[in-house]
Amino acid sequence: MENRSVTTETPFVKWLLITSAVVILTLFLLMPLFAVFAEAFRRGWEVFIASLHEDAALSAIKLTLLAAAVSVPLNTLFGLSAAWLVTKFRFKGRAFLLSMIDLPFAVSPVIAGLVWVLMFGAQGWFGPWLAERDIQIIFSLPGIILATVFVTFPFVARELIPLMEAQGSDQEEAAVTLGAGGWSIFWRVTLPNIKWGLLYGVLLCNARAMGEFGAVSVVSGHIRGKTNTLPLHVEVLYNEYQFSAAFACATLLAFLALVTLGLKSLLERVTGHKAGGH
Amino acid sequence: MSISIRSINKTFGAYKALEDVSLEVPDGSLTALLGPSGSGKTTLLRIVAGLEFADDGPGEILFHGQDVGGVPAGKRGVGFVFQHYALFRHMTVAENIAFGLSVLPGKDKPGKKEIADRVKELLGLVKLEGLEKRRPHELSGGQRQRVALARALAIRPKVLLLDEPFGALDAQVRKDLRRWLRQFHDEIGLTTLFVTHDQEEALELSDEVVVMRNARVEQVGEPQEVYDKPRSPFVYEFLGNVNKLKEGDGKSRYLRPHEIEVVFAAEFDPRTDVMGKVLHLFSAGPVATLSLKLSDGQFVEVELSRKALDEMALDKGDEVAVRLVEE
Repeated sequence: MENRSVTTETPFVKWLLITSAVVILTLFLLMPLFAVFAEAFRRGWEVFIASLHEDAALSAIKLTLLAAAVSVPLNTLFGLSAAWLVTKFRFKGRAFLLSMIDLPFAVSPVIAGLVWVLMFGAQGWFGPWLAERDIQIIFSLPGIILATVFVTFPFVARELIPLMEAQGSDQEEAAVTLGAGGWSIFWRVTLPNIKWGLLYGVLLCNARAMGEFGAVSVVSGHIRGKTNTLPLHVEVLYNEYQFSAAFACATLLAFLALVTLGLKSLLERVTGHKAGGH
Repeated sequence: MSISIRSINKTFGAYKALEDVSLEVPDGSLTALLGPSGSGKTTLLRIVAGLEFADDGPGEILFHGQDVGGVPAGKRGVGFVFQHYALFRHMTVAENIAFGLSVLPGKDKPGKKEIADRVKELLGLVKLEGLEKRRPHELSGGQRQRVALARALAIRPKVLLLDEPFGALDAQVRKDLRRWLRQFHDEIGLTTLFVTHDQEEALELSDEVVVMRNARVEQVGEPQEVYDKPRSPFVYEFLGNVNKLKEGDGKSRYLRPHEIEVVFAAEFDPRTDVMGKVLHLFSAGPVATLSLKLSDGQFVEVELSRKALDEMALDKGDEVAVRLVEE
């Protein structure tokens, strides 16, 4: 009879659970990922490269990068401010703010896009007002950015809030008694303590910003070469039966996912290492 | 720098943390705020520091006669040492201690060399020479606490405030640091106010004890005075071991374990004594403690010197005469 602790399962149960996990992982994650790459290279390397160099694809890539480049810094700022506010202060409406931060997660992405159309579209609340001033939000870059900002809003905040809550305000209070002003305290005391959590949140925010489909799809209008982000472009290509091209663009997104996962593991290892040092 | 606390009230929502608290802390004294959890002592300390603000009203905090109620914490010139040290985790010991100096505005900020010298001086003061480059997680609890103290002192505060400074430390380290703090205070003479729930610590360390309970001040006085002349049952019970004896017609009498004498049963004097049986004997220490059951069914604890115990050669189950020392 092998010596095992009370909390381990019998070898059979262990084997069963591990096998089930591997099977599910393979079916739902590995096979689709493999399929994306397989299909992308089905017609050969040259076709793959050509698909990515095509004008519409390039502008889709550019648009995706632009949307991320605007929404990630914005949401980092929002997330930092919201987390600072919520964890260092107690005020009326704090609970409300907390639930508002989670709102984009609860809302279906399609609705997240639709609200902007309802507000700024031609028949929307501000439609006439915008038309008068010749400002185009829906079916244009601003709309895409708004939709992306909305759906990626919670990531940084949700990462920072539990972290800052757990860290407490002791160090900040110490800095106050030592005569430091608000900015000094944030920059020299708070920020260094949250830097890994912040990075993690930014990483997740970026992944979602680049990969968002539903919300952006509603506001973009799918104007080829103008208002298609990469995920949208993949759909367009697929609907036109250009499968290899579609999968070629999809590999870029798959690649982004892999890089994100890799950096995430790296960060986890670093922070785990740091936590062990205490 | 004396501290005057006048009519301070503090409410958190529906909870009254401080009720009309007034207190005078003389310049250069080492004063303890002693009380159980929830008595308001930490809240009071934080209000003196400027980390909390008293309720609007007549309440005032004066430093050397000057009203500091409206002065922000950073400008009050207080050094605050937190219970869990609150050291800046990602900074070295030297950077921690230098922090208060490094955030001074341009014209007041000392040069690099000056700051380094001051850090060295302070490390010497707290007996942690050579630890400049260490990080907080590489230090023991006692060392961290001394770094926190050095950090608070770097800004040359007029008042030193300590929130349960030894609460998070081992018993032995606590004792050593207590002794060290007393000596330290005698050396630098800075007005110090510290919070503790440990009555032994308060009585041993301070020049003056402020006993607090339920948002109010119960009694203020020198340790000897508060221990020997407590003004209420609460203070009596809080400041040391106590026996409470019912004396018929509803009256109770308080006696310290060392105020009860134990003599041989043969010497029983019916005018002053009661018979008692030894239930338990604890003698591993400088003083022996006996648990006795009196003939009227009440229980008392008596302390006697080891010498007295040996002379009487007492054992569990022995009958003795219990003599209550006349007041």
